[in-house]
Amino acid sequence: MSGGQTTFQERIAQGLKNSYRRRVMGSTQNRMRANRDQVFAEWGNLEEWRERAREIRQHTIEHLDAYLEAFANAVRRAGGQVHFAADKESANRYILEVAQRHGVRTVVKSKSMVSEELEVNQALLGAGITPYETDLGEFIVQLAGERPYHIVGPAIHKTREEIRQLFSELAGEELPSDARALTAFARQWLRDKFFAAEMGISGCNFGVAQSGAVVLVSNEGNARLTTTLPKVHVVVMGMERLVPTWEDLDVMVSLLTRYATGQKIISYLTVIQGPRAVGHQDGPEELHVVIVDNGRSQLLGTRYQEALHCIRCGNCSNVCPVFRHIGGHAYGGVYNGPIGAVLSPLMAKGTERRQWMELAYASSLCGACTDACPVKIPLHDYLVQLRHDAAREGLAPWGERLLSTLFGWSTAQPALYEMGQAVIRQMAGWSGSAGFGWGPLGAWTQYRDLPQTPAQTFRQWWKSRAEEGAHGRE
Amino acid sequence: MKAALFVTCLADLFYPEVGQSVVEVLERLGVEVSFPLRQTCCGQVSYNSGYQQDSIRAAKHFVEVFEAEVEGGADVVIPSGSCAAMIRIHYPELLEGEPEWHRRLLNLRAHVFEFSEYVANKVGVERLRQLSPALAAKAAYHRSCHMSRQLGVAEEPLKVLSCIDGLELVPFFQEDACCGFGGTFAVKMPQISLAMGEEKIRHLKDSGAELFLTSDMGCCMHLGGQASRLGVNLPFKHVAQVLVEGVQAK
Repeated sequence: MSGGQTTFQERIAQGLKNSYRRRVMGSTQNRMRANRDQVFAEWGNLEEWRERAREIRQHTIEHLDAYLEAFANAVRRAGGQVHFAADKESANRYILEVAQRHGVRTVVKSKSMVSEELEVNQALLGAGITPYETDLGEFIVQLAGERPYHIVGPAIHKTREEIRQLFSELAGEELPSDARALTAFARQWLRDKFFAAEMGISGCNFGVAQSGAVVLVSNEGNARLTTTLPKVHVVVMGMERLVPTWEDLDVMVSLLTRYATGQKIISYLTVIQGPRAVGHQDGPEELHVVIVDNGRSQLLGTRYQEALHCIRCGNCSNVCPVFRHIGGHAYGGVYNGPIGAVLSPLMAKGTERRQWMELAYASSLCGACTDACPVKIPLHDYLVQLRHDAAREGLAPWGERLLSTLFGWSTAQPALYEMGQAVIRQMAGWSGSAGFGWGPLGAWTQYRDLPQTPAQTFRQWWKSRAEEGAHGRE
Repeated sequence: MKAALFVTCLADLFYPEVGQSVVEVLERLGVEVSFPLRQTCCGQVSYNSGYQQDSIRAAKHFVEVFEAEVEGGADVVIPSGSCAAMIRIHYPELLEGEPEWHRRLLNLRAHVFEFSEYVANKVGVERLRQLSPALAAKAAYHRSCHMSRQLGVAEEPLKVLSCIDGLELVPFFQEDACCGFGGTFAVKMPQISLAMGEEKIRHLKDSGAELFLTSDMGCCMHLGGQASRLGVNLPFKHVAQVLVEGVQAK
């Protein structure tokens, strides 16, 4: 994962500058929220569902080693092959080996955030293999040469006109700006790719440990084609994506579809258990399941372990007021929004961690994300904790450190505290002009007026009142 | 009934009228109010910036100053949902490693209340109604995130405000969205903070309200300061202030 050449502040400025996109994102968030509110109202007992889901995730992650073993064994029993990939390099090496063994020239892919994380497409291209994204949103961002803007809606930031231009370029003719016509074009253009591809790569929403089943949740039918037409199917999955049983899957899928898209039921729930069996009509000849760590195990046994409970519904981004204004690309990583701000530094390798720590400051700590999480990950508490880690690791500016120390002392020393009050009163009194003042005060007055400094502080008023009262009693 | 006022750093320094209003409302409700002069700040600024060790000093000082008040039969009343959340939710985490301090804090914690929570749940709105406050105004109430989400106190301020005869609370779009203050967030990420503030100011103004109410002066300082810089008239008041006005106007 890498933010590229730009700094976080530059990406924030870029995001904020795009007022059209901000308006679109705002209305998208509003619409998604309205849909979800309605679905939840019909459903009822939302808090019980969330608590049950949290328990399932907690139990699974606490016993992840055992469930991984059970899952891998079950996949093998069903005729699949399993590869545990410690990192991105190991995963891509394995995928390329399989591809080369089968003389693969083109690959069709259904939506997978893990494959974004692994940069599988780049690895394939490097080996002369052409990958085609077949999820409509992923197809659009692939053509645009961008990263997904949102975990669930990779291209929600693209206008119809932008999509029309991308598709027209591909078609070699001007396409009409009609949504139906544009999707029809994508469908038709991709159809041949499905038939030609020798390999299909999919993600995995859930792996059922009990049976070794890979479960995919999708709305476009492309996942079905990706996983059945090519002769080789490679699943890339995060190592935390397991549920113990079918009953647990029921709970998790019920929450995922409602939280991700506000749907009571998804269009396609695909369950894959092994490759094509003898006597079966369809399915791939080979099934490979690549189980990816890539930094995930760094969270195990830490206070951040619950971040592994995430089921990638993207709802934290849907309610986040910061995401609303800066957009998904400002985060700079594969995962964005509140969960991205948490996962990016925690999954990063060695010194890469440093560059992701600043994401934790891009939050007003309003807690909307934590409330909106189907599995109750304490997202905003984690952001505070990450700031604590940053301070401890010396990543925060020394001036800030000094101010906090002084402030800390003054909160325990009333005399010092009152002196501090006098200083701030004095400075605030002078700061009639914009941008006046040092440090945080200057940063405040640059954009906002300070309230007028009152004649007395409250404590001065209280003291004088008490004195008057005492005189009155005399 | 006895209440020890923890006025908060912002009200002490910039909005003393909020503290004065709390004193007046509580006294009119028959509550004996004290103000321990050794009190300082809850330390949330350090906590949210990642300097937990600095906020531990604030937490211990708070315990030292207020436990005597509570032992003397008083509740601690705070005109800020955010500071109340800091004390009730985060102090226990901060002092977890020090059993003696933790025990002292827990003795105290059940007696710590946000202002409207105290009025609604401890004093009771019936007592407030007896004062028959009245104020003809169209008002929008801005709920702070820390108060409604962390502290879980969302209905109480509305309950308290509903006692004011003639005060019409108007709804507005995205009532529960953050205003963009976020403590040090406002100065560390000013552009994002301002973008959020701008949207909130627009929604508040679109409500048609002439008066804007809150339980957290941090939100008020940010929104009011931004509105003032933009030349937008956004008169903010704390819940305690309109109660006093309502009682005086009677």
